[in-house]
Amino acid sequence: MSDRVTVAKTYKLYIGGAFPRSESGRSYPVTDSKGAFLANAAQGSRKDARDAVTAARKAFGGWSGATAYNRGQVLYRVAEVLEGRREQFVTEVAASEGVPVKKAQSLVDTAIDRWVWYAGWTDKVAAVLGSANPVAGPYFSFSTPEPTGVVAVLAPQQSSLLGLVSVIAPVIASGNTAVVVTSQDRPLPAITLSEVLATSDVPGGVVNIITGRTAEIAPWLASHADVNALDLTGAPEPLRAELERSAAGTVKRVLRTKVGEDFAVTPDLSRIRAYLETKTVWHPMGV
Amino acid sequence: MAAPTTLPSALADAVRDESSLRRFLHGLPGVDQVGVEQRAAGLGTRSIKKAAKLHAIDLAISMVDLTTLEGADTPGKVRGLAAKARRPDPDRPDVPKVAAVCVYPDMVKTAADELRGTGIGVASVATAFPSGRSTMDVKLADTRFAVEQGASEVDMVIDRGAFLSGRYGQVFEEIVEVKRACGDAHLKVILETGELVTYDNVRRASWLALLAGGDFIKTSTGKVQPAATLPVTHVMLQAVRDWKTQTGELRGVKPAGGIRSTKDAIKYLVAVHEVAGPEWLDPHLFRFGASTLLNDLLMQRRTQLDGHYSGPDYVTVD
Repeated sequence: MSDRVTVAKTYKLYIGGAFPRSESGRSYPVTDSKGAFLANAAQGSRKDARDAVTAARKAFGGWSGATAYNRGQVLYRVAEVLEGRREQFVTEVAASEGVPVKKAQSLVDTAIDRWVWYAGWTDKVAAVLGSANPVAGPYFSFSTPEPTGVVAVLAPQQSSLLGLVSVIAPVIASGNTAVVVTSQDRPLPAITLSEVLATSDVPGGVVNIITGRTAEIAPWLASHADVNALDLTGAPEPLRAELERSAAGTVKRVLRTKVGEDFAVTPDLSRIRAYLETKTVWHPMGV
Repeated sequence: MAAPTTLPSALADAVRDESSLRRFLHGLPGVDQVGVEQRAAGLGTRSIKKAAKLHAIDLAISMVDLTTLEGADTPGKVRGLAAKARRPDPDRPDVPKVAAVCVYPDMVKTAADELRGTGIGVASVATAFPSGRSTMDVKLADTRFAVEQGASEVDMVIDRGAFLSGRYGQVFEEIVEVKRACGDAHLKVILETGELVTYDNVRRASWLALLAGGDFIKTSTGKVQPAATLPVTHVMLQAVRDWKTQTGELRGVKPAGGIRSTKDAIKYLVAVHEVAGPEWLDPHLFRFGASTLLNDLLMQRRTQLDGHYSGPDYVTVD
């Protein structure tokens, strides 16, 4: 009796807190692991990447200037909303990655835990990575970690949610803003994450999410002069060297990780540390 | 009333006295609001790419009146601006210099000293800018002071109150007097279109300023929203085109305020080309009153030449 026509969704990008269509007007079909149609995703272009960088730069002042405590609260709130969407994430992860529901549930739970783990670090990073330096003179000398700026993140191609969360959270926890190119073939959890970010307290532009062909968009982000760092995690193998070379043209920080990183393992601080600059201040004593 | 130049008989009649001036201005054909907005939006969709874009960017840079009109202006800031006007992108000496630097009268001397011999104009706002609310004597003294200090261009504001209450003769006389006080300096007449309400008023004010001898008609002070818009500039470009047809003289247009991106600037250039004509694609006849626009033009220029996107770290902060 149920002859209801299914509604095929066409998702959009997430840039500057809004959901625009790709400037190019393109979209591409997303399938599950067995090739069945799931939805259409926007196929982002270099101009979408440019707009995303502009939005991220605009958001940087406010986000990096917010207190670490405040950033932590915002990120905890995101974890709460993630938890509320748990069932949707489980379905999408199971379909995208072709894993059984049990496994998908565990992946989603780990992803939420990972987010909470990074949220906890926001107000502790300065204490762990900063220092009061002993100097030979009547001065206080402090070194404090500061966010580097706009970080372009090429999200992992395989791990569609846990991997995604593991690369985004450390970028924004320390006050950077992010332009994320999602997994090319498994973008649905990332799209749902953008809906989560839009409905939590994260200011627009702090995270910008672009779906599409990684190999098409990545070179433009790598060479963009207003991007301060590049995470190569999801970069296609043959492109890596070239991306690193063009990133060097504007002296970006580049995070190279081993291919096939296991995101289920509790991480260390290396991803947070990768996007920090150290500022050292000298102050006369007794004045 | 005295016509400043020898006008063709129809126009000379218009400025004979206040009532004939009013008759002339109200006899101008009305502006089709929907039509002009649609036409402006249509021209805005033209796609200018590659070599043409690069050419447009260089042209736009050479048309910029680099402006600082803040209460917080200092001689240091004006000197910095002058340095930027001479060489907008120090890494690239082939970038053209801008058309002029636009400042308040008390800063004119600083700017003029910095720009002597460069061919860059020094524009000064005058006549109780931005409101224009003062006596004639004060306005003329303001103008003379700016010219004495070395301004080669004067940007005056019209008395919008007088214009809107229909005292066209008063506005006309004011422009004529200020023009006389300018001497050799070029006169730009700011209509402040954001306060004129209708396109019909913009057309009338444009003609009034042209009849009174303004060398340029300028949209706005930049202190009132909305400032320059494409349709308003459209109407003003039509006025200078028609002025050329009737008198053979070339007068300029300067949109000012709110033009921040290269994309916007190129839309204006397209409008200039299509509405007025290619001869107006010249810094002597078309200017952009802007401060932030120049940085975006420079970034776009770098993007075109470097093959990758540029960023604000590569241009000056002003």
